[in-house]
Amino acid sequence: MPIRQFMTEGAPHPVHAILLGFPIALFSSGLLSDIAYLRTAEIQWTNFSAWLIAGGLVFGAMVLAWALVSLVLGWRGAQRLPRILYAAVLAVMWILGLINAFKHSQDGWSSVGAFGLTLSILCTLLALAAGVIAFSHREREVVR
Amino acid sequence: MSRLSWTGAVALAALLAGCGGSDPSLDQTGPAPELPGIRETLIPTLKIAEPTGWGDQVPTVPDGFTVTALATGLQIPRQMLVLPNGDILVAEGRGGNAPALRPKDVIAGVIKKQGNTQVDSGDRITLLRDADQDGRAEVRTVFIDNLDAPYGLAFVDGYIYVANQDALVRFPYQPGQTRITAAPEEVTKLPSRINHHWTKALTVSADGQTLYVGIGSNSNVGERGMAIEEERAVVWAIDRQTGARRTVARGIRNPTALAIEPQTSALWAVVNERDEIGPQLVPDYLTSVREGAFYGWPYSYWGKNIEPRVRPQRPDLVATAIAPDYALGSHVAALGLSFATDGGFGGAFSQGAFVGQHGSWNRSDLSGYKVSWVPFAGGQPNGGMVDFATGFLTEDGRARGRPVGVVFDAGRRILLVADDLSNTVWRIAPRAAAAAPQRATPAPG
Repeated sequence: MPIRQFMTEGAPHPVHAILLGFPIALFSSGLLSDIAYLRTAEIQWTNFSAWLIAGGLVFGAMVLAWALVSLVLGWRGAQRLPRILYAAVLAVMWILGLINAFKHSQDGWSSVGAFGLTLSILCTLLALAAGVIAFSHREREVVR
Repeated sequence: MSRLSWTGAVALAALLAGCGGSDPSLDQTGPAPELPGIRETLIPTLKIAEPTGWGDQVPTVPDGFTVTALATGLQIPRQMLVLPNGDILVAEGRGGNAPALRPKDVIAGVIKKQGNTQVDSGDRITLLRDADQDGRAEVRTVFIDNLDAPYGLAFVDGYIYVANQDALVRFPYQPGQTRITAAPEEVTKLPSRINHHWTKALTVSADGQTLYVGIGSNSNVGERGMAIEEERAVVWAIDRQTGARRTVARGIRNPTALAIEPQTSALWAVVNERDEIGPQLVPDYLTSVREGAFYGWPYSYWGKNIEPRVRPQRPDLVATAIAPDYALGSHVAALGLSFATDGGFGGAFSQGAFVGQHGSWNRSDLSGYKVSWVPFAGGQPNGGMVDFATGFLTEDGRARGRPVGVVFDAGRRILLVADDLSNTVWRIAPRAAAAAPQRATPAPG
């Protein structure tokens, strides 16, 4: 597809796009700092992860709320399925992120472990997937 | 936080924590406590007993004893000291300056605050005098002011020693004095960076030459990194004349009270163990503080049980870890220790230790919130722990008070209990020894 068309017709509201950038960046950074902690056992990395995930949740909540409102308001409009998919991906991301925040509140090695790493990977993938969905539609805006 | 949202937070925590129920069949007191497996929950159980007043109630004490509020309206009373003339010193305050490192620290701080008193830190020592022994202090003065979270107190050879949260200081004292305005003389600095566990317990050796200071860990289980645990979770011995110090014991997570056992003159401590690995791990304990001993923290608990949360692990240190002498129960938060001396109260309370238990937050079934008695014989615990003062919890699980320091005063045959929730010092005495009716006006003079 032509790039210009992708950018203009499929783009979400700029504010929404900015908000969506945060969970993408924060969850993926959290994944990197998790990996750094598991490799070094240097405690500061898991502290970073905890804050990054918390930040991902704060902005993720705004994005999710926006997506849900948009979904409800545009229920009868076109592109319902992608809207539902988009909101569902964000919702799963947020719930897994919340569980991951609790996991990261445990002390020392327990704050990450295999479970925390898995959640960080899933949150990162879901955030990226949300980004792909949000910016991939050639029709009217997915998210107004 | 409003009560509604507070209850909501606890309910949410209980839900996500899987309720963290205890197994009442486990015996977690005595020399060989039964230890369940580690059980971590996604949210640590945060069950804070909601404060409520005493009203016209008082703590429940054994038959033949009477209890009175020696003083009320204090500013967070912690540890106490009885001077040779019977005057009672009460250290008041709240310390610690640990910054929030993780989102968890912010949230847990708000919730735990609900279970504590809201008054300002006293940062002072109050003197109480009950010369007529009617159970109420007729003289009350600010003995020493402008301290930095004072906790441990000792009197030796004309000096009052005060363990502030950052230094051991002393003040010259004349018998009968009710106020000291002299500047503190520093004996030695104490580790105070972050001060997650800020209380500095203090006692003096039987020969009066050595001061022992208990220094708690800077974290639950090393989650702030081990660099800031240098000379934390230790007991120091400090030469009273020179201020020189050496480390007597290590890996002793949070030694909140120290005392000398009267038969053997050995140093004993009550120690608070780690949280967040289940409602019945790890038992807090009463132990003799053995020279050169390593008690496991953070790498292991109750001897050589491996702590999985600490990396890198230290099997070399764990191999040297010894188990403490006597378990007091998990999460009871023992903060007070005082041995009965000179025959104690007689009968069942002749030889042994009183233990003040501040009470739990990390288990859904509240534990602690009482003063216990551990009987001793020949300088060692001998038998099961029994309740001495209870009633700090209401039947519906609200806290009227939370015991901290306890002091047995052989001279007047009384036990004093500091209560840092109701900001009261309780005086417990054998009924026969109450020289005057409880509500009598103080005798003149």
